[in-house]
Amino acid sequence: MYRAHVLICGGTGCTSSGSQKIQDTLAAELKANGLEEEVAIVRTGCFGLCENGPVMIVYPEGSFYSRVTPEDVKEIVSEHLLKGRIVQRLLYKDSVDAESNTIKSLDNTPFYKKQKRVALRNCGIINPEIIDEYIAYDGYQALGKVLTEMTPDDVINTLKASGLRGRGGAGFPTGVKWSFAAVQPGPEKYVCCNADEGDPGAFMDRSVLEGDPHVVIEAMIIAGYAIGAHQGYIYVRAEYPIAVKRLKIAIGQAKEYGLLGKDILGSGFDFDLDIRLGAGAFVCGEETALMTSIEGKRGEPRPRPPFPAIKGLFGKPTILNNVETYANIPQIILKGPEWFASMGTEKSKGTKVFALGGKVKNTGLVEIPMGTTLREIVEEIGGGIPNGKKFKAAQTGGPSGGCIPAEHFDIPIDYDNLISIGSMMGSGGLIVMDEDNCMVDIAKFFLEFTVDESCGKCTPCRIGTKRMYEILDKITKGQGTLEDLDKLEELAKYIKANSLCGLGQTAPNPVLSTLRYFRDEYIAHVVDKRCPAGVCKNLLSFTIDPDKCKGCTACARKCPVSAISGTVKQPHVIDQSKCIKCGTCIDTCKFGAISKK
Amino acid sequence: MANSITKVPFHGTPEQEKALLEVIERLKAERGCLMPILQEAQEIYGYLPEEVQRIIAKGLNIPFEEVYGVATFYSQFTLNPKGKHRISVCLGTACYVKGSGLVYERIQKELGIKGGECTPDMQFSLDACRCVGACGLAPVIMIDEEVYGRMTPDQVPGILAKYKED
Repeated sequence: MYRAHVLICGGTGCTSSGSQKIQDTLAAELKANGLEEEVAIVRTGCFGLCENGPVMIVYPEGSFYSRVTPEDVKEIVSEHLLKGRIVQRLLYKDSVDAESNTIKSLDNTPFYKKQKRVALRNCGIINPEIIDEYIAYDGYQALGKVLTEMTPDDVINTLKASGLRGRGGAGFPTGVKWSFAAVQPGPEKYVCCNADEGDPGAFMDRSVLEGDPHVVIEAMIIAGYAIGAHQGYIYVRAEYPIAVKRLKIAIGQAKEYGLLGKDILGSGFDFDLDIRLGAGAFVCGEETALMTSIEGKRGEPRPRPPFPAIKGLFGKPTILNNVETYANIPQIILKGPEWFASMGTEKSKGTKVFALGGKVKNTGLVEIPMGTTLREIVEEIGGGIPNGKKFKAAQTGGPSGGCIPAEHFDIPIDYDNLISIGSMMGSGGLIVMDEDNCMVDIAKFFLEFTVDESCGKCTPCRIGTKRMYEILDKITKGQGTLEDLDKLEELAKYIKANSLCGLGQTAPNPVLSTLRYFRDEYIAHVVDKRCPAGVCKNLLSFTIDPDKCKGCTACARKCPVSAISGTVKQPHVIDQSKCIKCGTCIDTCKFGAISKK
Repeated sequence: MANSITKVPFHGTPEQEKALLEVIERLKAERGCLMPILQEAQEIYGYLPEEVQRIIAKGLNIPFEEVYGVATFYSQFTLNPKGKHRISVCLGTACYVKGSGLVYERIQKELGIKGGECTPDMQFSLDACRCVGACGLAPVIMIDEEVYGRMTPDQVPGILAKYKED
């Protein structure tokens, strides 16, 4: 028995901010103080509050220490673990009750209060590399229940009744998808898991795989039983080494415990699971492309129908679900479809995980019930916009989604509402933007990404996105015309209607949604040759205020293109025809005499 | 660019080939084994030159084009080795107007390779990059982690010589 447990986050965010070093230092300090038999270290998955990493929780008190450095660890050991005195200065500020000076339960802090953890329930709580910890938290109980008490039809009906929809972005009802594959003739069928999370700024699936890999394995075995498949594949990005390692460990442990392989739990049901590594192609997040890639070919999509449930991997009936979708399933089986359906909105049940990022104080991973408003996410959970700036828009759905303006700040977030305002749920990236972000520039950024990642198989996507990018590039350089805006819209509609797969069909969304809500910004770029947010370099002009300039010549000496001239102790001027807008002069000036607009 | 055919002569060792053949033997019965084999082959050789792709094609009894098609589709796979020293030349606006294009050309000439390639002796690989945020020092090149500012084409041979010695 240990008298204290120290939980250290081993997620990607905290690992990047140095949590491995913290853990090593802690282990050494515990040993030096003879505490290694009394205090246990547990390396967990993501706590969600990546902004304050590396984070650590000490139980039984529940002290949440944030931004811990190796030097701090010594103090935590000597003060807290040895003498029982909590190190106040390291506590996460929001977890201390200011009046009574006591520690609040984490659930009562603004960041966690509105959250509801279903898919992430074990992340940050269990050690993902030890199967017994997962089992202690009801792990593999749902599988036991399915194999001993339920028929495949029962499983599918339970999922249908729960209202669970695909968390990868499209939102197709999971139970319905399974039922299509279940009625196909066997015996060869497949269960696949899409862990090829590719949206820039999204890391939900990664956190589940790193923090709770067994939940995905358990759900996939259940899926195999429900549709009559005996082989599964997890397609995971090679860029997620921690996730791959933990999955491999988890699969090995599950085999050892008889939870994978022949005659699982004595039920006579066989199921095996393999990992396939993606090799850096965004299009492989599309289901037909992903299956082609598992087959070892170029990851190009193919037309649907036939849908994968009829003809998928190796031409056999296949279901493909996203990591987060699977992470919900064992809980639905154990707690019942009614429990799941009690959360969320009429057509979108349950919770959704978002990777909250951009111009917001608490960046990190949040899981909220469907129907939570954007305002609650940004202002309450996210802690608002830093530096007193104003909220301008939130981008959801990555390169397939759109920008939601402030006028829709109070819209309850669910699949259908997001589509009605021109965005989409996507896999769960949520990037907050303030008044300093240029919407034309953002649209261009996403288009550049799609142009790079288009697989080239179909013409509308391959050539169309490139043409859209070129028009946007023209506009950000001040060479756009009003006709270009019409051309953009026309192209966007054509690409949406005619592309082969989801990548192309959604690629114009960032442009369409910004044109819809921020048309005035496009007009400012095109007509006034001005970038209101001050982002598009070609449209900025740098000027020196003659009243503030002391004639110190520092800027003139630093200017890489010698665009600044003037005599010593006299105000200098910038030759606009030479200036390349690199901003070096602003950084150099000690008197704040240079401004851009 | 990164997937242009390499000029580096193939220096595979018998040990590497033996390891690759073992990988092929271990995986070839599995369906869809081509990608896992390419991934392990890249770990063995560091890249995927034509010779390695041919060994795989032969081992799996599939056309070379099929292997090549997959190897060039995914960004993780590289047909060019990376050198002991990696050179990046900033072609951002500030560097470009100060003549980084000329520096880039000179390096290509000195090393006898194009951007994205690696020298035959595996000492240098060369890439162009976007702004590295050191516009005040333009034009800028980076060799490994070291930044060289205010470059002129004439400085190129001297700087490269420093790295050739070790």
